[in-house]
Amino acid sequence: MTDEATPKSHNEHELIAFRIGEQEFCVNIMSVREIRGWTPATGIPHAPYFVLGVINLRGVVLPIIDLSARLGMRPVKPTDRHVIIVSQVATRSMGLLVDGVSDILTVSDTDIQTTQGMSREFDRSFTRGILAVEGRMICFIDLDALFSGSESEAA
Amino acid sequence: MDMNEIKEIFFQECEEQLAELETGLLAMNDGDCDPETVNAVFRAVHSIKGGAGAFALDELVAFAHVFETTLDCMRSNTLEPTPDVMKVMLRAADVLADLTIVSREGGSIDPSRCESLASELEALAKGEAEEKDAQCRSQIESSPSPETPDPAPAETMPDLAVTAVNAEETGFAPVPFSFDDFEDDAGAQTQTETANTVFRLVFRPHADLYTKGNEATLLLRDLVKHGETKIACDLSEVPLLDDLDPEGAYLSWTVLLTTAKSEDDIRAVFEFAEWDCDLTVGLDSEADPDSQADDDVGMQPVPFDLSVLDEVDDPSAEGGIVPEGGFEGPDDPLAAEAGQDGVNATAPEPANDIGTDARTAAIAAEVMKRNAGTDEAGTRDERTARSGGAAQTPVSQTIRVDLDRVDRLINLVGELVINQAMLSQTVVETDDGNAGSTIHLGLDELQQLTREIQDSVMAIRAQPVKPIFQRMSRTVREIADLTDKSVRLVTEGENTEVDKTVIDKLAEPLTHMIRNAVDHGLESPQERIAAGKNAEGVVRLAAKHRSGRIVIEIADDGAGIDRERVMQKAINQELISPDSNLSDEEIDNLIFHPGFSTAEKLSDISGRGVGMDVVKRSIQALGGRVSIHSQPGKGSTFTMSLPLTLAVLDGMVVSVANQTLVVPLTAIVETLQPEASHVHPFGSSQRLISIRNTFCPLIDVGQVLNFRSAETDPVESVALLVESEGGGQRALLVDGIQGQRQVVIKSLEANYMNVPGIAAATILGDGRVALILDVDAVVAASRDKPPRNDVPLAAAE
Repeated sequence: MTDEATPKSHNEHELIAFRIGEQEFCVNIMSVREIRGWTPATGIPHAPYFVLGVINLRGVVLPIIDLSARLGMRPVKPTDRHVIIVSQVATRSMGLLVDGVSDILTVSDTDIQTTQGMSREFDRSFTRGILAVEGRMICFIDLDALFSGSESEAA
Repeated sequence: MDMNEIKEIFFQECEEQLAELETGLLAMNDGDCDPETVNAVFRAVHSIKGGAGAFALDELVAFAHVFETTLDCMRSNTLEPTPDVMKVMLRAADVLADLTIVSREGGSIDPSRCESLASELEALAKGEAEEKDAQCRSQIESSPSPETPDPAPAETMPDLAVTAVNAEETGFAPVPFSFDDFEDDAGAQTQTETANTVFRLVFRPHADLYTKGNEATLLLRDLVKHGETKIACDLSEVPLLDDLDPEGAYLSWTVLLTTAKSEDDIRAVFEFAEWDCDLTVGLDSEADPDSQADDDVGMQPVPFDLSVLDEVDDPSAEGGIVPEGGFEGPDDPLAAEAGQDGVNATAPEPANDIGTDARTAAIAAEVMKRNAGTDEAGTRDERTARSGGAAQTPVSQTIRVDLDRVDRLINLVGELVINQAMLSQTVVETDDGNAGSTIHLGLDELQQLTREIQDSVMAIRAQPVKPIFQRMSRTVREIADLTDKSVRLVTEGENTEVDKTVIDKLAEPLTHMIRNAVDHGLESPQERIAAGKNAEGVVRLAAKHRSGRIVIEIADDGAGIDRERVMQKAINQELISPDSNLSDEEIDNLIFHPGFSTAEKLSDISGRGVGMDVVKRSIQALGGRVSIHSQPGKGSTFTMSLPLTLAVLDGMVVSVANQTLVVPLTAIVETLQPEASHVHPFGSSQRLISIRNTFCPLIDVGQVLNFRSAETDPVESVALLVESEGGGQRALLVDGIQGQRQVVIKSLEANYMNVPGIAAATILGDGRVALILDVDAVVAASRDKPPRNDVPLAAAE
């Protein structure tokens, strides 16, 4: 789980915020390994719709996930301006394709508002809550929940 | 180094000892009567016992002891190595191996099996050597007997190798000792009467003593504890510095020991060094060690003071002339001289009281004299040669390295190869003609070097298949016992080397196949005799290199595959339809079908229906193939062909629907440009191509992998003729060939998952990932079902 974030005081989270289309999302900074620009990926046969392919990350074969498609939004046509967030999910590394990284946030538990009752089932399965930051709304994504089932979905 | 690390080393050594034990026993089983073989076997068991004692592994010690006792009878020629005896011995070796594993990994072993073998062994020892047996018994019953005189008083030495005597001091459980100790019980009474005797010991270590981590000074120290000693060191064999082998052994010691202990007691000190030194122990009537030594050796002995060495051993005391801890130090003259200087400085008992200069001069003279004594060296060599054995002949040096380190090195070299390829490609691409030949020359050299580095690194991981073949001999024994068959295992090419990863994964399928060969392949002895064959069945296990792969054959001389029965079974199990018309080869291959088993009754050995298909899958997972060749009445041969390494692969780089793929070169028989007149439609969707008038199916790789939905025009494509596992040929259609290169295999599963039709990934010269085609899977996919109707993959550009 992403709870292993180093709490500065108790229950504080450090998050990386990024944009996909019009929306902002964030993930726990502890699961992010690095952020890099888009490089063309090699397609994989029989891959699920949200897997763009694999790239070479210093000798490691890294699958690239179109996060927009994975979240049920419109698939992205990657360009040089897109960014890959290299993340660790459970034992695997993967690259998340997003439009751009916007912020690093430090929030406490109390800042996270529950999405209970306002979201559809699909969204709730991977959101840990929403944050209000300077008038913007940022959706806190739980990567483990998002990709724990991806294996079976993909197969 | 904590206790667990030492213990781990002990178990690693146990593995080696067990291997040696088995090799020796098998050699004896085949009629090798060389006493050195018996000795080697005895030594192996003895070392395991000694080490196990230090770690208080009582079960292991107890069994090893009984085993050792019986082997000792054999060593002293009171027990003949008849086939029956050897059978018990081999089974005992199996139990000993099991006990070692249990001690290492926990768990338990059926005690009755242990006991019954132990009693069998005892019976052997008893039957052939009455009086020896009496000793063994008393020993087993009284194991760590309290009245055993403690050979080592409380004085402690902290930095010690695990020798049996020292084990007692370092607070380990007491070591049940070999007979020698127990004879003390008897000897103890006489000791009081005989009071102090003076023994004269001449101790001349061989180089092997030091190689095995023993240390002469430690032995001498142990000796000192047994009584009052006078020790003289003989420097006469020390050659001039130029001729000095730094790892040789040149010193010998004459010790006059005044003690109340028995001779056996004193010999026990040298228990673990006994094969690596010349040791004479005798009674001495004259009490003056110096004059005695003078007379005998005919030269000046050097009085030898152990307390000096104690100081030198302390790394802080002396400038590190002597290897610290005294562990690996073969006695070199430097050490001896350091000792000498020490003597002069502290000199508690300079028996030959000569001044420093005179003494040094004397030593120098001695050394000079020795230099002439090449014949002496000659006899020593001869002695080394005579003592023979695997360990004695010039040993190639080995070190133990953590496998992780090797793997990291291999990964790094893999990166280097990729980087080098990327660099070369960049240079070629940006070459405007001015770069000049020096850069290209340099790049060529770099390429050659990286290739060589890669080969050398791979060689580190290459291991002979011997250990795994040896394990099979045990499997054969066990299955033969269970099935009441008489089986001989013949192995060939056990020194064939293959990558460690391959070896590790080979054990399981090989065990399955060997079991199968004995259980299903060979007939019962009665049936064999009825068929006019030798009652003893032969299973042949052979390994060899063939065109960059390792080929392993498991052949039995049994009845061969009963094709009618296989057919019937397959029909009963609804694997094939009753009216299908199969070739012999196809019928044979049915046994690889999941869920197929011909065994009439299910046994523990094989026949749970999980045998051969599992074998086939695990071999395929290694990038290997398995095929079967059977002749009724003459036997069956299973042939496995495996890549030598799982880290690199020679591949052909091809393009398919704008994607770059790598096809393993070993799969490709030939490449050709199809002509329109050679392509014939066949049925609804298939196409065949005729190659020199034989037809073979065309497979569009792009379609199978779902890269495109439309069929390609064969004339515009290149056909790769591949050999698929059944032996049949298929033509794979690709758009074009880019080249041929060695690629480093990268796991796709580590971060993603297994992809049908794709074996792995690699990184090409441009830094991009390319997928490696799994030819057999592609062939299977094209045969089993029409291409999937998923949405074609969006070009990820």
